Amino acid sequence: MVLDRTFRRVVVLVALTVAAVVSGCGGDDDGGSASKGESVELSFLVDNSDQAVKPAQALADAFHQKNPNITIKIETRPQGGEGDNVVKTRLSTQEMTDIFAYNSGSLFQALKPEQNLTPLTDEEFVGRLDDAFKPSVSANDQVYGAPFGSAFGGGILYNKKVYEKLGLKVPTTWDEFMANNAKIKAAGIDPVIQSYGDTWTSQLFVLADYHNIASEVPDWDKKYTANQVKYSQEPALEGFQHLEEVKKDGYLNKNFGSIKFPAALSLLAQGKGAHYPQLTVTVPNIETSDPGKIDDVGFFAQPGKTADENGLTLWLPGGVYIPKTTEGAKLDAAKKFLDFIASPEGCEVYGKAFAPTGPYMVDGCDLPDDVPAAIKDLQPYVDDGKVTPALEFLSPVKGPALEQITVEVGSGLRSAADGAALYDKDVEKQAQQLGLPGW
Amino acid sequence: MSIGLRDATVRRSALSLRRTRRRAKRSPYPYWFLLPAFAVFFVFFLLPTFSSFYYSLTRWTLFDSEWIGLDNFRQFFEEPGLTKGLTNTLIYAVVTSGTKVVLGMVLAVLLTSSVWGRAFMRSAVFFPVLVSTIGVGLTFTVLMEPDQGLINDALGLVGIQGPRWLVDPRYALLSVAAVDVWKGVGLATVIYIAGIVAIPREYYDAAHVDGATPWKTFRYITLPLAWPATMTVIVLSLIGGLRSFDLIWAMTRGGPGFTSDVIASVIYKQYQAGFYGLSTAGNVVLFLLVSALMLPLYWKLSRREVQL
Repeated sequence: MVLDRTFRRVVVLVALTVAAVVSGCGGDDDGGSASKGESVELSFLVDNSDQAVKPAQALADAFHQKNPNITIKIETRPQGGEGDNVVKTRLSTQEMTDIFAYNSGSLFQALKPEQNLTPLTDEEFVGRLDDAFKPSVSANDQVYGAPFGSAFGGGILYNKKVYEKLGLKVPTTWDEFMANNAKIKAAGIDPVIQSYGDTWTSQLFVLADYHNIASEVPDWDKKYTANQVKYSQEPALEGFQHLEEVKKDGYLNKNFGSIKFPAALSLLAQGKGAHYPQLTVTVPNIETSDPGKIDDVGFFAQPGKTADENGLTLWLPGGVYIPKTTEGAKLDAAKKFLDFIASPEGCEVYGKAFAPTGPYMVDGCDLPDDVPAAIKDLQPYVDDGKVTPALEFLSPVKGPALEQITVEVGSGLRSAADGAALYDKDVEKQAQQLGLPGW
Repeated sequence: MSIGLRDATVRRSALSLRRTRRRAKRSPYPYWFLLPAFAVFFVFFLLPTFSSFYYSLTRWTLFDSEWIGLDNFRQFFEEPGLTKGLTNTLIYAVVTSGTKVVLGMVLAVLLTSSVWGRAFMRSAVFFPVLVSTIGVGLTFTVLMEPDQGLINDALGLVGIQGPRWLVDPRYALLSVAAVDVWKGVGLATVIYIAGIVAIPREYYDAAHVDGATPWKTFRYITLPLAWPATMTVIVLSLIGGLRSFDLIWAMTRGGPGFTSDVIASVIYKQYQAGFYGLSTAGNVVLFLLVSALMLPLYWKLSRREVQL
């Protein structure tokens, strides 16, 4: 009998332990019950970079001023792959914040929007979105997001002072670009800056070449998704070859293997290097690293084979999304906030918190006149319609090891042809993991 | 390091268990006292382990999973970085383990002799073991910076052009291994000190009377009698080397390119890329590999200790 009683106690104890352990992983969903007029608090997850946190905070504050009963609290997450996992884990465990910012394009598709996000197609702000942007936050004809910030260009940042001093002209073909490099090297300045200490910066010659690929083969992205064209074939191979050439010809800064992005940007701003393949989204950082130098830096699209197909590869802004777990009053408040973000007023607030990095994707949002020179340089390409979105917004296929491969090719450890072939293998793995047809 | 200490206790408790097995039959404590601990163990260890075997056979996006049989394993073994990762893992494990054995032994002999400031030196040698690996990694990344780093600056002062440490593909892995040794040699030294102190003085006295030189004393007394310590150091540092990840990730992220990738970093990158099924398959492979290498070693080691 005694044993029987103790046994029962133990069973209860075990059950409690298990329950405690399991409930520790459970949710604490308390949202969605606030009634009209009561104050609502929304949580908003962004990555921890300045260019996400500052505007997010500014938008939240401005929105709170207009709607005093809605408070928005910013939460941050890591950037890059780690951040991807945080977002996916929180979505799949139903623990996502009420609103969150995340990439558009292929990374957005990997979130399984139909399953996890609230469709916003019927919201008023969707009518104000640029047609180039909509597909990058849509799945199965439903729109799921509002643009967070402005679009930006990928190509070559260059030092205007150096160009002036040496009497150089902005190149429109790759041959002109290489001819400029020869002159710059003769003047004792590093022609091309690379910063493989931050591996992501090594991919630009390949990624920013997409406009050139698309102008030769207009539906390259569709064929790529269907496994009919490869990076190891012309014309896509050229991006890898460019990377190889600048190293082979000795055009790189001496410490290309070790320096990181901020140091490289400083080299460019100070005119110690002439070109830096980069995204224009990085330009505002010059204001903090080298005050007063920001207008010494200009931008041109990555030159291709011929001058008349010269044009810009454009990166679309990320989106702000509402997960399915946001309900009731919180959902209404969240939709209201997204409408605010995708409005001229929202663009203005955003632009004041973090200088715009390219054209906005919302009707009625214009770039202010005082944007940095490199951002102004984007406008002619957009006005002339010589713009192609980067491949990652057109195709879900993107291999994860590209930045390691481009570091190897760019450092002369691997040939361009070899690197491109290796990347094709990497892409094949990704496509198979996505379960795409034709791979 | 924590693994190392835990392994030691596990082995010791295994020994005492064997000794008390006969008495254990009449233990006053019933077996179900184990249940609370087992519940935690089940939820946090067994369940994840066995579900990972399942998920390694699926295409898994965290949102849903689709059964694809052994495709993940096929793909994992076709991974171009895998051979490189495997060789690097072995090189890293053997180099760090070997260096720790030699250096640990030398330091232990030095620190058991009557050297000046012995207590201080002992703590100084052990100190790096206590510092966070990531902290050590980031610090040394700065120190080893080829153009402005302190190490190359110091070498420059005496007229030596230092190598480009973490940036040069030839030295990247070895540079990380060197830092690993710096950080881990303290533990090896402590184990050796314990082993050497346990050798009875009489042997040394006898050798002294017979006129043995210090070298001969070391060669024929210290070295063979410190053998159990050597085994422990080898096993612990070999396991540590095989599963090394944190230091490599903090210092090179497997770069430049793929030149300092080890199996763990290959798997981690797949996980980062969102290939959850594939990386889980990689973990299963790593689990089997480490078990296959370590089970026989454990078995041998525990037998040896029983004989002692």
